[in-house]
Amino acid sequence: MLLEVTQVAIERGDRRLLSDVDLSVSGGEIWQLVGANGVGKTSLLRGLAGVARLGVTGEIRHAGAFLYLGHASALKSSLSPVDNLRWHPASDVTASVGQICEALAAVNLAGYEYRPVGSLSAGQQRRVALARLLLSDAPLWLLDEPFTALDVAGCEWLEGCVRRHVNAGGATVFTSHQPSRFGPLQQDLDLGRYAV
Amino acid sequence: MPSDQPLLSLRVVFLRQFLRHGRSIMTSPADVANPLLFFFMVITLFPLGLGPDPTTLAALSPGILWVVALLASLMVSAKLFASDFEDGSLEQLALAPYPLAVTALAEISAQWLATGFLLALLSPLFGVMLGLPDEGLLTLSVSLLLGTVCLTLIGALGSALTVSIRRGGLLLSLLIIPLNVPVLIFGTTAVREAVLGGNPESWLALLGGLALGSLVVAPLAIGAALRVSLDS
Repeated sequence: MLLEVTQVAIERGDRRLLSDVDLSVSGGEIWQLVGANGVGKTSLLRGLAGVARLGVTGEIRHAGAFLYLGHASALKSSLSPVDNLRWHPASDVTASVGQICEALAAVNLAGYEYRPVGSLSAGQQRRVALARLLLSDAPLWLLDEPFTALDVAGCEWLEGCVRRHVNAGGATVFTSHQPSRFGPLQQDLDLGRYAV
Repeated sequence: MPSDQPLLSLRVVFLRQFLRHGRSIMTSPADVANPLLFFFMVITLFPLGLGPDPTTLAALSPGILWVVALLASLMVSAKLFASDFEDGSLEQLALAPYPLAVTALAEISAQWLATGFLLALLSPLFGVMLGLPDEGLLTLSVSLLLGTVCLTLIGALGSALTVSIRRGGLLLSLLIIPLNVPVLIFGTTAVREAVLGGNPESWLALLGGLALGSLVVAPLAIGAALRVSLDS
């Protein structure tokens, strides 16, 4: 069990979005949080990661390290991809330049290693952020709208990346409006059912 | 975040965050030059407005120099954590297994070196431009060196509290200007004492005490304030 969520309720401001959410995520599982805009997918994911604590009640237990990638890419636009990826504050993993270049090549950004991230396109910036997946050894990935801004090839790469991660015993919880990318491999958590 | 790996020591974490922020400051020299340029422009305008009489200028210059330094620091602190908040770096820092106080202090230190420290180094030049007597120049520099530490930390606290509020600039000024008042009083008095041949050391000691006190207390408050900002 990598993540155990019991009776979690999410409030934003004075409005209750979700209540009594139960979820348990084990290795090898892919969970997609689905629901209409504004139902609280991002709020729940931020709550699961522990970014927001106010308004989150219930029990959220992590059994190991996790990697959270939010809407915002956490990249400094004035720094190059290599400088950005060299140290990820939320994990202890310090990647060597060789490893970073390998990861950047895998996301099809070879040749952009030393350009400022701000000069890259939105999709390319997304790819730099997703290169963190390759540099982390956290078993649980929490991804907020990871497919946004990616082109078809990028989406396919990310899909393969998640499949490999899950086959290796990891787990992924993500939000997306794209229906069932992973087919039978994935399970949906429809937040509409928990909406208040 | 729970992790099986051994944690890095806080000193290493501080150094990495310091270098990372320092590197991103270096890539946009305009941000470093802005407060200095502001300082320079205001200092050149005052003699034009007040008239070139050296005795008037010498009497007013300690106060002018310190007020302008305070305003310049306000300019910087208003956006200290803004980019971290917008680009999501703050979320990742909050998830890190290290206290936010340490990583925030690292960023503040880099920021201070690029603005407050430079301002203190260049301040004798500005002092001469405003006709500050020679006896006051060293005290001006030392008082700004200590004073900008306080101003930067207090400004960072205000920035941490208001970073999630759109257009929180006015609120920020309201929050931190009262806290800056003692620093301003000790600083100007020290310079004035030095000019009049009095005893600036005791005022500098008070400033130093304030700087050390805020170095201990402010990072903890800033860390807590950043968490509150992320919650909203």
